[in-house]
Amino acid sequence: MLAAEHLECTRGDRTLFRGLSFSLPPARLLHLAGANGTGKTSLLRILCGLLSPTHGQVRWQDRPITAIREDYAAQLLYIGHANGVKDELTALENLEIGAALAGRRCTRDVALGALEELGVGRCAHLPARSLSQGQRRRVALARLALGAGDGPLLWILDEPFAALDQAAVAYLEGLIASHVTAGGMVVLTTHQPFAVASVTVVRVDLDFDMDAAR
Amino acid sequence: MSPFACIVRRDLLLAFRRRSDVFNTLVFFVIVVSLFPLGVGPEPNQLRAMAPGVIWVAALLAAMLALSRLFAADFADGTLEQMALAPEPLFLLVIGKVLSHWLVTGLPLVLMAPVLGLQFDMPLDALGVLVVSLALGTPVLSLIGAVGAALTLGVRGGGVLVALLVLPLYIPVLVFGAGAVVASGAGLSAQAHLLLLGAFLALSLVLSPWATATALRISLD
Repeated sequence: MLAAEHLECTRGDRTLFRGLSFSLPPARLLHLAGANGTGKTSLLRILCGLLSPTHGQVRWQDRPITAIREDYAAQLLYIGHANGVKDELTALENLEIGAALAGRRCTRDVALGALEELGVGRCAHLPARSLSQGQRRRVALARLALGAGDGPLLWILDEPFAALDQAAVAYLEGLIASHVTAGGMVVLTTHQPFAVASVTVVRVDLDFDMDAAR
Repeated sequence: MSPFACIVRRDLLLAFRRRSDVFNTLVFFVIVVSLFPLGVGPEPNQLRAMAPGVIWVAALLAAMLALSRLFAADFADGTLEQMALAPEPLFLLVIGKVLSHWLVTGLPLVLMAPVLGLQFDMPLDALGVLVVSLALGTPVLSLIGAVGAALTLGVRGGGVLVALLVLPLYIPVLVFGAGAVVASGAGLSAQAHLLLLGAFLALSLVLSPWATATALRISLD
């Protein structure tokens, strides 16, 4: 279970949100809504532990994530605004290195299969600099398709649907739905309407929370 | 593959795909060292006397020039975030990055130095000491430089700031590195200098990755 307790985030002299609490039990999806500039990305980075909140704390399985950084990291898969895709490396190398860095075992066949599923199998051996924006996004998202089982339990996705075409969006929705149904947790932000079948969605609205705080 | 080995391999692969960066550092080193004989004239005694200092200062500047590339690309494309979120402790990954950075920017300087020393008519044993002192000293430069590079990540005009932060810290390495070569040229033992350089290496190997990892987390915050 992931829990946020009384989070407050101040960037510069602007308070983005204050007293924000929620919890996310297994097999749930948390949709983080809010207008541009309300602090969605900051909140996701706080949930990952990349950013420290001004007040409050994030707890994972009832322990603060700052105390169990490495254990938490093994359970977490974060895909941020930046794709984390290296221009000089091929799509396949990017995926394999990304997986190895996250401490996951992944054979070449599994990696190729994941790229294939995301529809970038044909570009597997091309350097990422020759790929389009959407294709790079797909290479980054291929980490989600590396296969369930020992994979990370918690996915934190910042605008996962951005730059994707309809087919890829549909595929990603399916991937998220099956992860959540299998007992995983997903936190995501998006401005697009999305449909995940038979999944309980928890919605946190930063606009609303900010109004309430005022 | 362990995350540590993975980082080393990845950075070496990236350096191989961006070979021009590696050559830039080396060519800079060669040119700076070669400018001095042209500037001060071909008096052999004078050249022999200034050789250790000139080669060491040039190595220092070349090492510093390469620092800006250590984390900047990873920071820009988001891979640094992924490293900070890896289950491996960040300082281990930092050691991996610094190691591969040294292999592509420091080691070539060490190997190139004796050839440049010949330009200054350095005696053979002094050349040997020069190589040993650089082999011990350049990893220290990379380790100390990593802290500076991490602190100035994402700061505008970071390049100049790195120089201001890091150059003062390079002074002890310069003093004992060049000192070792001078001592050997004067017929004395260079052992004391080299042992001190070794001590600097041990110390910075312990402290710098930890400080760098902390600085990286601050830069990502």
